[in-house]
Amino acid sequence: MTTTEPAPTEAEERPVGFGRLLRKEDPRLIRGMGKFVDDIQMPGMLHLAILRSPMAHAKIVSIDKSAAEAHPKVVAVITGEDLAEQGLAWMPTLSNDVQAVLATDKVRFQHQEVAFVVAEDRYSARDALELIEVDYEWIDPVVDVRSAMDADTPVIRDDLEGKTDNHIFDWETGDEAATNAIFESADVVVSEEIIYPRVHPAPMETCGCVADVERVSGQLTLWSTTQAPHAHRTVYALVAGLPEHKIRVIAPDIGGGFGNKVPIYPGYVCAIVASLVIGKPVKWMEDRTENLVSTGFARDYVMQGEIAATKDGKILAVRTNVLADHGAFNGVAAPTKYPAGFFGVFTGSYDLEAAYCKMQAVYTNKAPGGVAYACSFRITEAVYLIERIVDCLAYELEMDPAELRLKNFIQPDQFPYESKTGWVYDSGDYEPAMRLAMEMAGYDELRREQAEKREKGELMGIGISFFTEAVGAGPRKDMDILGLGMADGCELRIHPTGKAVVRLSVKTQGQGHETTFAQIVAEEIGIPPEDIEVIHGDTDNTPFGLGTYGSRSTPVSGAAAALVTRKVRDKAQIIASGMLEVSVADLEWVKGSFHVKGDPSKSVTIQDIAMKAHGAGDLPEGIEGGLEAQICYNPENLTYPFGAYICVVDIDPGTAVVKVRRFIAVDDCGTQINPMIIEGQVHGGLADGVGMAMMEMIAFDEDGNCLGGSLMDYLIPTALETPDWETGHTVTPSPHHPIGAKGIGESATVGSPPAVVNAIVDALKPYGIRHADMPLTPSRVWETMRGNHTPPI
Amino acid sequence: MQVPAPFEYERATSVEQAIALRERLGEEARFIAGGHSLLPMMKLRLANPEYLIDINDCTELFYITEDADQIRIGAMTRHRELLDSALLAQHFPIFRDAEKVIADPVVRNRGTLGGSLCQADPSEDLSAVCATLDASCVIKSTTGERVVSMHDFHVGPYETAVGDAEMLTEIRIPLKPNGSSAYEKVERRAGDWAVVSAGAAVWMDGATIAEGRVGLAAVGANTTSIGPVSEILRGATPSEELYQQAGEAAAANCSPQTDQRGTAEYKTHLAMELTKRALRRSVTRANGQEA
Ligand SMILES: Cc1cc2nc3c(=O)[nH]c(=O)nc-3n(C[C@H](O)[C@H](O)[C@H](O)COP(=O)(O)OP(=O)(O)OC[C@H]3O[C@@H](n4cnc5c(N)ncnc54)[C@H](O)[C@@H]3O)c2cc1C
Repeated sequence: MTTTEPAPTEAEERPVGFGRLLRKEDPRLIRGMGKFVDDIQMPGMLHLAILRSPMAHAKIVSIDKSAAEAHPKVVAVITGEDLAEQGLAWMPTLSNDVQAVLATDKVRFQHQEVAFVVAEDRYSARDALELIEVDYEWIDPVVDVRSAMDADTPVIRDDLEGKTDNHIFDWETGDEAATNAIFESADVVVSEEIIYPRVHPAPMETCGCVADVERVSGQLTLWSTTQAPHAHRTVYALVAGLPEHKIRVIAPDIGGGFGNKVPIYPGYVCAIVASLVIGKPVKWMEDRTENLVSTGFARDYVMQGEIAATKDGKILAVRTNVLADHGAFNGVAAPTKYPAGFFGVFTGSYDLEAAYCKMQAVYTNKAPGGVAYACSFRITEAVYLIERIVDCLAYELEMDPAELRLKNFIQPDQFPYESKTGWVYDSGDYEPAMRLAMEMAGYDELRREQAEKREKGELMGIGISFFTEAVGAGPRKDMDILGLGMADGCELRIHPTGKAVVRLSVKTQGQGHETTFAQIVAEEIGIPPEDIEVIHGDTDNTPFGLGTYGSRSTPVSGAAAALVTRKVRDKAQIIASGMLEVSVADLEWVKGSFHVKGDPSKSVTIQDIAMKAHGAGDLPEGIEGGLEAQICYNPENLTYPFGAYICVVDIDPGTAVVKVRRFIAVDDCGTQINPMIIEGQVHGGLADGVGMAMMEMIAFDEDGNCLGGSLMDYLIPTALETPDWETGHTVTPSPHHPIGAKGIGESATVGSPPAVVNAIVDALKPYGIRHADMPLTPSRVWETMRGNHTPPI
Repeated sequence: MQVPAPFEYERATSVEQAIALRERLGEEARFIAGGHSLLPMMKLRLANPEYLIDINDCTELFYITEDADQIRIGAMTRHRELLDSALLAQHFPIFRDAEKVIADPVVRNRGTLGGSLCQADPSEDLSAVCATLDASCVIKSTTGERVVSMHDFHVGPYETAVGDAEMLTEIRIPLKPNGSSAYEKVERRAGDWAVVSAGAAVWMDGATIAEGRVGLAAVGANTTSIGPVSEILRGATPSEELYQQAGEAAAANCSPQTDQRGTAEYKTHLAMELTKRALRRSVTRANGQEA
């Protein structure tokens, strides 16, 4: 059974506004006519390949590049030393740390960038890498995050002045004293070490760029795989000292991002430097291995979780101590004041009396990042922690996990609700979503079936997760990245014939912006979506804004699109009043046209008005010609989507192979713009969740060698591991968003892993199992069954 | 895009030409069959042959035929053909069991039996199938041909009895009466290599097992048939206890290693569990109780 409905046929009404609508971008993407970075070819274009370190931690003794330079097709070979001469060997990260563009002193993770070759073709560039000789001197690597702060551990970041350990930051949130007091007197306290292992976004398209610096004008055009073209442009201006008006960043079609394309990677900088030095366009496109081993990973949190409750299941407080592995450079993408992202929402969907989190982040000899993977700035980790520990509590109380959750939900009349860690949840109505999911699942029947199966020795599990996210960063007063405010611009222009162009600062990587943003404008002004072109991804042609990640496009830019359209409509109303010779107050808006109140026969359409705005003849007093507007939207708060997920699994007791039988997902993202796109976003996120729960992990051996360097080692689920998704929804609009919409892009990735893990752990209840860490491969499940569960890191 | 090192390419249109080329070009040359093992290794630069001899035009190597006492399969027969073959399904259902869980349709459309055996990956499924069925391999050179048993074919991980100037041309599987077979595999994900897999074949004599064989993949340096299991099965009457005993013997005779696919203990357990399952299914099939 699947709840995906067929697409509306041509004959069916096409919505002028919200509703199910096929994606405008699909015809070109399905036909292979998309234009991705690697499709870009330019006359004289050269190719860049990067030499990477074979060791995780080593001093660079010497580099001999003469043989590579002698290769007939090689144009240049550049080392860290060469870059250092230009002051370009280091660059800032998104967390105000620095990262080596090319290593100069030593390498700090396996596959770190050491040198690059520019050659006439991609093959020669790659061949020449083998001709560079680097002499390394081994240094003991720091691989185990738990030992990173031990006294005798080598210092990874000796490039930072005065650095004598591997500490990055300490962070805390909540009220420690109040939380401790509750824990001391609570009836029941449950604690569990809960690990969210390092995973990788692994987008289908790897990262890359084409850099073209024009020698005479100094203009840099950079086609790049970026989720945030404007933010990248500003950072390039700051790093490379290029004047910002001479930089144009273009993100063409992007083959998936999931946070992997938020950071600025050394490869981009290398390509820019190469083009600058050589005076020709230079392409750098990483291969699959490079993407997996060197670009932004996600998670890597060791969380000590504790929950306090009364004996009858009223949750009182949650406490956690987190050890965060940030790799060799702190490259986390998060608003400046939030070094742990939005992990502070670890109190989940429950009305608690107190909460406290203490976190320590450390350097290890692993790839830097910690960016994302559809995590809404670390909400994935937060939701996993709370939803896992609540299940541990249910286990101890011998209470049904659904009942325990229902008993502790924040109630509808408590919204806006300020959590114990200071987050103001805008709106929510949790119980109906939970009840709907239970009804779709046939929850009571499933529990009965489970009881029968247990009698027969069969293993069946039912897992629940109820999540609340905080997405749509963010209000200028609280949020910035490298000093750039997280407000978004938007421009709308109506042409004389009534067709429109809307320009966005955000950039789709598959989320369907070209469709949903046309629908937002359509809803507000009554022009059909097919008559509205969505322009995005090109800094020269779009207004400034911080890009697409953290489910922020609809909460921030979606609001901007609605408001800019209303601004245009206001002007249209004045022009209409002139055309119909009545006062503005006498006009009524009926989607697509203004009517004279009380006389619907007297009306003008938005298309008529557009022609008038650009045509001959007078316009009302003080009104300029044209029909366009521009705004910059500063969100008042984040939006708080939520959802109830139920997963059903069966485990073969003989082989410990887990089969996900069913997955029910009820999401509430407020007003729905295009339900079909919402379902698509949810389906993808659920598949991600099954992957993380059951197979994905970037592991390292004791020497710091990355064990996840190919898709044979780093497994991503296929259609065969995922069931038919059963989706449903409730609608609780956001009170502060102009159209009441909330983010949906990451809900399922955030919400599904705990549902899958809870289901597997529930299936193993007959073995007395309360917790098991991801990834729950058959081997790890079997070891858990025989009481041999080991943490994955 | 992962790019291989430079190489030269020749396309052979007959076995004779292919072997002659191989002899002339020496150890830096490799045959390319389906390319689904060799090309990934070349892209990762784990293999850097100077010459590739493409044998996809050697049409004489594409066949599955039945003789009086054996089935002969040409080395270039693709996974897809092994999966679809009614002849194999009739005599050796183990092929269809295995092919259903080898890689994915794209790989199966190109990958070949010969390439699979010559790759000699310890996790290779068809090697386990051939070991289970007591197959033998025909190896040709310019001077003649020799036939080696599966046992002698694999000489180590990624190493076979095929010499530098030789080619695997055919796989022969003996036909014996009242037999059937089955294959069981545990993988972390569809299309992944086996955590462990087990093949079983039995030939019945009335109610007793005249001969039985078990082959395992991913539990040691090479896929192997487990001799002690055959001894246990010979002349025995099928029962759960017998399968358990055979499973235990299989587990005792393998030496898996802990890796990302699983712990050595788990793999040893699977050797037992999957041996039991494969034997049970083979016997059921041999008794005509399951298609
Ligand atoms: C994504 C993926 C998943 C896979 N999953 C599985 C799986 O689950 N189970 C499994 O068993 N396999 C799996 N495989 C391997 C697949 O079955 C390969 O096709 C097979 O192993 C090799 O066959 P080939 O024809 O492609 O050989 P090639 O790659 O062409 O050749 C492999 C080697 O054999 C040599 N060779 C080929 N033919 C001959 C010959 N006639 N004589 C002498 N030498 C020869 C070549 O020189 C080369 O060294 C997978 C492969 C991929 C890409």
